[in-house]
Amino acid sequence: MAFLSVENLTYTYGQNTPFEKTAIKDISFSAEKGEIIGLIGHTGSGKSTLVQHLNGLIKPQSGQILLDGTDIWADEKKIREIRFRVGLVFQYPEYQLFEETVEKDIAFGPTNMGLSPEEIKARVYAAAQSVGLREELLAQSPFDLSGGEKRRAAIAGVMAMQPEILIFDEPTAGLDPAGRDQILENIVKYRDATGATILIVSHSMEDMAKVAEKILVMNHGSLALSGTTESVYAQADALVGMGLNVPQITKVFLALRRFGIDLPLVYTVDGAFDAILSFRKGGAPV
Amino acid sequence: MMKDITFGQYFPADSIVHRFDPRAKLLLSLLLMIFIFVAGNFWALFLIGGTVLTLMMISKVPVRLYLRNVKSIFPIILFTSLLNALYTSSGTVLLKWWIFTVTTGGLTRAAFMSLRILFLIFSSALLTYTTTPNDLTDAIERVLKPLKFIGLGNAVHTMAMMMTIALRFIPTLIEETEKIMNAQKARGADLESGNLMHRIKAMLPILIPLLISSVRRAYELAEAMECRCYHGGKGRKRMKQMKLSRADYIGSAVLVVLCACVIPINLFL
Repeated sequence: MAFLSVENLTYTYGQNTPFEKTAIKDISFSAEKGEIIGLIGHTGSGKSTLVQHLNGLIKPQSGQILLDGTDIWADEKKIREIRFRVGLVFQYPEYQLFEETVEKDIAFGPTNMGLSPEEIKARVYAAAQSVGLREELLAQSPFDLSGGEKRRAAIAGVMAMQPEILIFDEPTAGLDPAGRDQILENIVKYRDATGATILIVSHSMEDMAKVAEKILVMNHGSLALSGTTESVYAQADALVGMGLNVPQITKVFLALRRFGIDLPLVYTVDGAFDAILSFRKGGAPV
Repeated sequence: MMKDITFGQYFPADSIVHRFDPRAKLLLSLLLMIFIFVAGNFWALFLIGGTVLTLMMISKVPVRLYLRNVKSIFPIILFTSLLNALYTSSGTVLLKWWIFTVTTGGLTRAAFMSLRILFLIFSSALLTYTTTPNDLTDAIERVLKPLKFIGLGNAVHTMAMMMTIALRFIPTLIEETEKIMNAQKARGADLESGNLMHRIKAMLPILIPLLISSVRRAYELAEAMECRCYHGGKGRKRMKQMKLSRADYIGSAVLVVLCACVIPINLFL
């Protein structure tokens, strides 16, 4: 039994009205502990609707979500506990900051969990550290932080609940390349430290190539492709057909292969580096 | 649940009432409302009320929508008719109990007042159901234009612009509120249970981010407007010019005549 398993999830907005729109249909997938999964799809493909199901913000119309073998809606009154176990960081989470100090804001989730003050404090400091927030910032107002710091403070607010599954909706949207890399690095570090399952919603194939181990591709509300990152990226034509862009370096390699050059398919610059090196060593004529 | 909040209450349909010039519609509804009060007897009230009901019928807006408006105002109707029934002492006494007396005059008066309120609601609903909020604001701006002669020209434009912006941003704010509510719920915020004090406190994590983003949005909008050289109403032209058509003139004339009939009916019937 997988740690998280989603079975035949379907959801329609505005059911029985003229504005009826099926957001997701018949989605099934599973995730194990400690995996980093990338959820990719273009705008309006149903990614956000799907992730809001996973922590019980939306109740499934049909299908179910099993966490550790139990339906998360088995006891409706306990749905709040599910939200502590499945953390969801929304898109642009910095807009949800509200407390007087960063410390209090990060403590909002753990406080709602009813933890002891010592435990809360320990978790706040641990979370701040795992997103790389300097300790002196904790006493400041969250509204005095820079954009990137705000984003990290908001992410720390969810991490401090120490969820077993942590979902990020477009965590790098609107950040500069350095900020983007840092957030992704923090996410991987968090996984390594806690063994949590990570689900990252993104439309950046480049970002996902760097961190994801498994990829789910959504298209028009259905799960179009899924599998290991390698196997999904190998289907570049299908991805392009769904309005998704394969990484630049993959495009270059695809073009080279069309010229008849025998190269493997790569999707990161590092991978390309190794591929070219071994190609040269192989001594094949260029 | 947030999506159920109606703002304005425009009901899209294609009817004579919908196509009527918004300025004329605004003024004529005011006229109707005034004459609902001018009407001094049942005949006059029925004439105006009948006009309102006829317009409602040809507006192609479902009757149940008009009735929904009545529902919210029903306690007021009940309260006024109760007061009128108990405190008017004319006609024959029907019932006497403790300090209360119910007379035929009282009952008639209660019915009269209830009808007045009812027709009043209907005529305002007629306006808002058949005019988009934006048309309505434009109409208000146009109708109040003469105020420029007493130096209030810019104030009128500013008010109208503010109303337009407010209306425009209601759906945006609803969406934003939903998003923030979800984000805080994901952090375990409990918005549904607890006593009143607890619930008010639980709203803070939603209200503060909402307020902050509204202020931010206001700044951004102001900057965007300035970038496009917005400088108030002076010398500003409209893309959609309102022009009175023949139907507008005929319709207005008919309504004015009908209202005018109230005065002789008041005097002679």
